Amino acid sequence: MQRRPQRVLAASAAALTAVTLAACASSDRESGSGEGGGEEQTGGTLVFGAAGDPAMLDPAFGSDGETFRVARQIHEGLLGNELGGTEPVPELAEDYEVSEDGLEYTFNLRQGVTFHDGTDFNAEAVCFNFDRWYNFEGLAQSPSASYYYQAVFGGFASTPDTPSVYESCEATDENTAVIRLTQVTSKFPSALALPAFSIQSPEALQQYDADNLSGSEDSLSYSEYALEHPTGTGPFKFESWDRGNGEVTIVRNEDYWGDAPLLDEIIFRTISDQNTRRQELQAGSIDGYDFVAPADYQSLEDEGFQVLVRDPFNILYLGFNGGNVPGTSANPALQDPRVRQAIAHAIDRETIVNSLLPEGAEAATQFMPPTVDGWAEDVTTYEYDPDRARQLLQEAGAEGTTLRFYYPTEVSRPYLPDPAALFQVINQNLTDAGFTIEPVALPWNPDYLNAVQAGQADIHLLGWTGDYNDAYNFIGTFFAEASNGQASAEFGAFSNPEIFAALAEADAEPDASARTEQYQEANRLIMDYLPGVPISHSPPALVVAENVQGLEPSPLTAEVFSTVSISD
Amino acid sequence: MLRFIVRRLLQLIPILLGLSVLLFAWLRALPGGPAQAALGERATPEAIARYNELFGLDQPLIVQYLRFLGRAVQLDFGNSSRTGRPVTEEFLERMPGTIELTLFAMVFAIGVGIPLGYLAARKHGSWLDSASVIGSLLGVATPVFFLAYLLRLLFAVELGWLPGSGRQEVRIDATRITNFYVLDGVLTREWDAAWDAFTHLVLPGIALGTIPLAIIVRITRASVLDVVNEDYVRTANAKGLATATVRRRHVVRNALLPVSTTIGLQTGLLLSGAVLTETVFAFGGVGSAIFESIFARDFAVLQGFILMLAVVYVLVNLLVDISYGLLDPRVRVR
Amino acid sequence: MTAMGDLKRQRIDELAARAGQVPEGEGGVSLTRSAYRRLRRNPVAITGAVIVVVFLLVAAFAPLLAPRDPYAQYLLGEIRPGFIPGGREGFLLGADELGRDLLSRLIVGSRQSLLIGVVSTVLGVVVGMALGVLAGAFGGWVDTVVMRFIDILLSIPGLLMAISISVLLGQNQYSLMIAIAVTQVPIFARLLRGSMLAQRDSDYALAARALGIRRSRIVFGHVLPNSLSPVIVQATLSLATAIIEAAALSFLGLGDPDLARPEWGAMLSNAQDFLSVRPELAVYPALCIIVVALGFTLLGESLREALDPKFRR
Repeated sequence: MQRRPQRVLAASAAALTAVTLAACASSDRESGSGEGGGEEQTGGTLVFGAAGDPAMLDPAFGSDGETFRVARQIHEGLLGNELGGTEPVPELAEDYEVSEDGLEYTFNLRQGVTFHDGTDFNAEAVCFNFDRWYNFEGLAQSPSASYYYQAVFGGFASTPDTPSVYESCEATDENTAVIRLTQVTSKFPSALALPAFSIQSPEALQQYDADNLSGSEDSLSYSEYALEHPTGTGPFKFESWDRGNGEVTIVRNEDYWGDAPLLDEIIFRTISDQNTRRQELQAGSIDGYDFVAPADYQSLEDEGFQVLVRDPFNILYLGFNGGNVPGTSANPALQDPRVRQAIAHAIDRETIVNSLLPEGAEAATQFMPPTVDGWAEDVTTYEYDPDRARQLLQEAGAEGTTLRFYYPTEVSRPYLPDPAALFQVINQNLTDAGFTIEPVALPWNPDYLNAVQAGQADIHLLGWTGDYNDAYNFIGTFFAEASNGQASAEFGAFSNPEIFAALAEADAEPDASARTEQYQEANRLIMDYLPGVPISHSPPALVVAENVQGLEPSPLTAEVFSTVSISD
Repeated sequence: MLRFIVRRLLQLIPILLGLSVLLFAWLRALPGGPAQAALGERATPEAIARYNELFGLDQPLIVQYLRFLGRAVQLDFGNSSRTGRPVTEEFLERMPGTIELTLFAMVFAIGVGIPLGYLAARKHGSWLDSASVIGSLLGVATPVFFLAYLLRLLFAVELGWLPGSGRQEVRIDATRITNFYVLDGVLTREWDAAWDAFTHLVLPGIALGTIPLAIIVRITRASVLDVVNEDYVRTANAKGLATATVRRRHVVRNALLPVSTTIGLQTGLLLSGAVLTETVFAFGGVGSAIFESIFARDFAVLQGFILMLAVVYVLVNLLVDISYGLLDPRVRVR
Repeated sequence: MTAMGDLKRQRIDELAARAGQVPEGEGGVSLTRSAYRRLRRNPVAITGAVIVVVFLLVAAFAPLLAPRDPYAQYLLGEIRPGFIPGGREGFLLGADELGRDLLSRLIVGSRQSLLIGVVSTVLGVVVGMALGVLAGAFGGWVDTVVMRFIDILLSIPGLLMAISISVLLGQNQYSLMIAIAVTQVPIFARLLRGSMLAQRDSDYALAARALGIRRSRIVFGHVLPNSLSPVIVQATLSLATAIIEAAALSFLGLGDPDLARPEWGAMLSNAQDFLSVRPELAVYPALCIIVVALGFTLLGESLREALDPKFRR
């Protein structure tokens, strides 16, 4: 509860920045109109350097940041994200009402909105999309295709064994959609702000066969819709996708229902090498890029670029695997709580935060950032204390225990800017404490993720950026009970009925303040059990050239470019 | 000569068969199959089994191979699991870029390498000799990703003369006909686009050309020195033939023999091997596609691209062998 | 003096000079001894030899030469994003990105780089030579089969092969060496075969065959030794490229997973994230790689000339 005042402060600070920014923007416009005598500064092309290609552009099948970066400009959901914040706010819905039992949501929709193909956005379109997700068949049900639908709603119409949270959607009139759920979940309706639940044009979805995930041997192909005809209501329309050169072009939606976007055109260009992105910005070939290396924040600013630092809304952790996963050979020594505690005491989080992570990073005490409701002040903490670590290890009779330490290569995540450096520091910490480390390096996707999530590592580095302000989106993702009665293989499939019960209970609690307390309790239980060591919350940054205005960094990495303008 | 060419083309068939078997077995030996790559991080064993069944991946390998082969002879290599597009289509879109880049790199390497190597041999033992050997080695001794960084730093960031990545400035709206961007620009008379595409070849072309450059310098130098010491050259010299005649008729012609092997070998290597250069320069050719595909376990692209590259490679080598025959009568006799 | 006369004299001078290189009475001296004698007088060879010897000495005595523990993160506490301490007393070249002594890491790193270069090159030469000799010596269908196999290998991008091998064998320092060696094999095989082919049809080989000398004797006694010089040239270059390829594989995240173990290629690729902060972190290991590569090549090149029987006349 002590966190409350701070939360308010943080929120008001954010509001203040928003106001200041708005003031700046308006003053720019005033001076522009004063000199030019015309309208506000519009037009121009922005070229943005992406780290990778989008997988495709149907967000219902998306789960990665590069897909969502583009999808967020084209598509909108019933809810969106607050500008520069983490709270869901109305977008295509003007507001909604919840029934007493928390099972029926009535969405009042915005009027006069049209899809990019000219068809009307209305309640029927909303229900068409919900029914589409619920009725996914075949490959569309695979976890990588509809990851977020399954994370939020569970099963499909055709999978009675896995019940779905979704029951029905009814268009009671042109502008009212009523959505019924089978059970209360804290994820609904916040999750509707995710790009995965964008409302897309029913006509285009049908015309271009959106659900037709096909393929021959060896390959999974997305539909024509997802590759060439994504059709939403967003501020920008899809124009073209040059696969060979990794360039996605989107153009201004002239009929946008909100404030008209300022840019004529945005080109997302894939440049996978971090140094190349920086040099291309310096050479003026691109106007901005994401995932700035922490080492470059200062030098880029000195050169006149604008480094836009997002508030940290993520968690980096060292996960443990106690060897409970069949078919793997993880080290059972980690089932001893003393060994887990020894690792926690061995890691020098302060040095990591100060030396390796960008300014503004904080050491983590639990598996979610302090700005999320349910963060607990009074969890058990494990200070850096190498002597204590050695002693615990001795007590457990596990000196010299060999741990296979997995870390990813050639990747920079918002929570993990430099895996190699982090690995080396923790490696040294653990060696000093008396562990023997066997390093295993794997390319991030898919090798590393597959190995780690299949439970092959003893200890591993991983993290998570929150999708919206919800505790379950963090700790539920990591530690909720799976259908087999265990936690995920990533954490060694441990079984801890107390943690499982606490998470399930909190998720089903309709009352917000009661829910917050239940999540705090879950956090205490988790940190007592110690399934891994939470390490840090780190602020990722974007950079744009001096002549780019109006880009508001989002803690969710969910920037929308409609307010961005570029001057010559 | 025609029979020689036909025979070599027929020999291509067993090579491609062998390569396809090798590739097929090899890719499937890699940990993590296409199902896992396609279904992603949190795939359940059931989902993988369903996927495998759907795509016939649960069939015996030999059945899978024969199916693959049956489609491959019709140039159908399936769809890329990353982009969902036909592999052949992607190849035709990306190969022109790689060819353009290779041509630039080889012209650079040959244009600089042969004169430099010849000069070094002529001035054997002088400072020029040492300088050309050392100079050509400097490029090759610098890891390409670092060389790329340095080239971009100088020519793109500091001087602003040349573009640092990609095939075409994204703000230029160029018409595509053949996907050879320079050629397209010429054909459509979009001269700015042609020039822009050409300037995009320079930095990656130089980075890529350093290795063949060094090798061509060294081989040219070594073989000129060899030939100069051959009996027939000594004889010619002793006979009092004019130096220029000796050089033209005997030294250059014979020295070019090993050089032509090297050029062929290097051209083939560049066509298929610009993996790292294309990646660090974000150049949309076949190399960068292959690079992305191996990590994504995009077997369809790997198989299709490598087999089609093999055809290109063998054809280049055939050209080398033909030029071998033209240059060295001794081989032609066989 | 006519121009013609000038040219003639020049040619005679050249011939004379070449003849003068051979000391009188060398007919009975062994090939290696005479090669050594010529090497000693060649400044290029001496430069190369000095670099290589210094490199070998540094590698051999690295633990004694390194002023500090190359693994200890001494100055980690001082490091901030965008700041890495430079040279100071006790840290001549400053710290690396984790506060370790850069100088000590460069010195100790020579060992791993040497190991990678030598092991992978030797492996590549041995296997490549076996294949090349097989093809070049027998000709006919053996030649065809072996060369088609080599063609198949060559048509696969080397880096792709190296990546797959790292993936197959699991990432460790040995799979790195094997991966690099495999990319060298077809090059050596094709090179040796090509040069044997030319030698086999040369006058002396034909003469030897006409004299009724056994085929194996011709191959191993004459054709092979005479075909070796391009292989030596290639091997010296390969030593350098092996160290460079190790850097490339590290850059792709496929190098030695134990990043604490100093190795030049890995140091260079790890420094990529800090180029805007302290470019020296990349420049020093890059210079080490370049100088050593140069040393091996100069030495190898001189060795080639010295060993070449044609130069003995």
